[in-house]
Amino acid sequence: MSGVRLLIGTRKGAFILSSDGKRSTWDVNGPLFGGWEIYHVKGSPVDANRIYVSQTSGWFGQIIQRSDDGGKTWSTPGGEKMPDPSDPPNGESNKFVYDASEKTGAQLTTHQWYDGTQHPWEFKRVWHLEPSLTDPDTVYAGVEDAALFRTTDGGKTWHELAGLRGHGTGPQWAPGAGGMCLHTILLDHANPQRIYVAISSAGAFRTDDAGKTWKPINRGLRSQYIPNPDAEVGHCVHRIAMHRSRPNVLFMQKHWDVLRSDNAGESWQEVSGNLPSDFGFVIDVNSNEPETVYVVPIKSDSEHYPPDGKLRVYRSRKGGNEWEALTNGLPQSDCYVNILRDAMAVDSLDPCGVYFGTTGGQVYASADGGDHWAPIVRDLPSVYSVEVQTFSS
Amino acid sequence: MIRVELPYHLRTLARVGKEVELHVDGSVTVRSVLDALELQYPMLRGTIRDHVTHQRRPFLRFFACGEDLSLEPSDTQVPEAVCSGSEPFLIIGAIAGG
Repeated sequence: MSGVRLLIGTRKGAFILSSDGKRSTWDVNGPLFGGWEIYHVKGSPVDANRIYVSQTSGWFGQIIQRSDDGGKTWSTPGGEKMPDPSDPPNGESNKFVYDASEKTGAQLTTHQWYDGTQHPWEFKRVWHLEPSLTDPDTVYAGVEDAALFRTTDGGKTWHELAGLRGHGTGPQWAPGAGGMCLHTILLDHANPQRIYVAISSAGAFRTDDAGKTWKPINRGLRSQYIPNPDAEVGHCVHRIAMHRSRPNVLFMQKHWDVLRSDNAGESWQEVSGNLPSDFGFVIDVNSNEPETVYVVPIKSDSEHYPPDGKLRVYRSRKGGNEWEALTNGLPQSDCYVNILRDAMAVDSLDPCGVYFGTTGGQVYASADGGDHWAPIVRDLPSVYSVEVQTFSS
Repeated sequence: MIRVELPYHLRTLARVGKEVELHVDGSVTVRSVLDALELQYPMLRGTIRDHVTHQRRPFLRFFACGEDLSLEPSDTQVPEAVCSGSEPFLIIGAIAGG
């Protein structure tokens, strides 16, 4: 029997929403970690029972939680009490220290601050967790201030892949309104050496050697709000998506502009077409149709709500440029919520299920690729992230 | 036996009640109390003070017997009443909205 499980991160806890393959009735479990900001919840693609959570707070810093039973119970990896102080060191699952060592690290530099001055690199939180495609104990973490970390022991310890932060353009990176975060991590299903990441506000980067060396992949991005609109770095990329069968084709929602690349990010072309606004945060690709793309237009960079108070998902079946509004079941008046960058996901059933969460606490679902929508829940805390686990019979 | 009172979220994280009891060897200072707390509850490492610098997180304060020990050097001795267990060492989160 098929089914789906939505993993929801919110401003005040995590929630797990479950349904069978029809995706019409849902069980709501939560809040988990009540009162904590949950930036991201994501399951391992090779072990559905293994789920990782990034919880953070201004009071107590970063915590990583892990479940090995599909979300029934949770632990801080390696946080168990050691019966004897002479036992091996405890795990340090919330210890994210930039690697400035001579052997594997990169010198800790400064980055650009909002006012143009240089600012020290300081760890603040984990924005995004991306479990490995092959090993449930290996997870990548995108953090603020921007860097990429990896665990290979199920979250007990984390080590920076310092080649990204240290590749040379770091001092030109600057924080976006939400901070200088590494928010997108895409693993190539065909090439385990290749990883894409995106940083606000620096841009997109790619490694072809499993994280040792990185290159900016921002040619074709044009941002009028920075001193050099065509700069190599400095672009506020909001989100990148790919279809697993075509890892060289990328779709990007930038601060303004929707773009695509057909050559693994070597160059980008704008495909905003007839969108009512090409500002937005989320972007995703239909799991069964690699040229079907979804975005949710937001009015502007200072007006973070849908144009005209109408919550509309836009779908292109042609990989961009030609977009149709999907409105059936979505509020078409007086709607002023935002949809944050990690708050849209698709399942891998047929027809494809599409899900997104709002800052107003609604989680909307479509079980038919976007033609019809209905809220699963209406009154959660502000939704930060939505991920899907699909169970096929 | 040293009694330490934890803020709500750290109680949940450590799976304990409002107060925990610790054994501290030698001189009882702010640092040695926190060292003992983290040894007994490793999941609290990095939550009260930074992993590397050991700086107190800015939204947390330390109190004992009506004294604010937050800004005192970490080698400051805690009051005798805390050492004897008659008063708790308080770790308090700021009332800062949210």
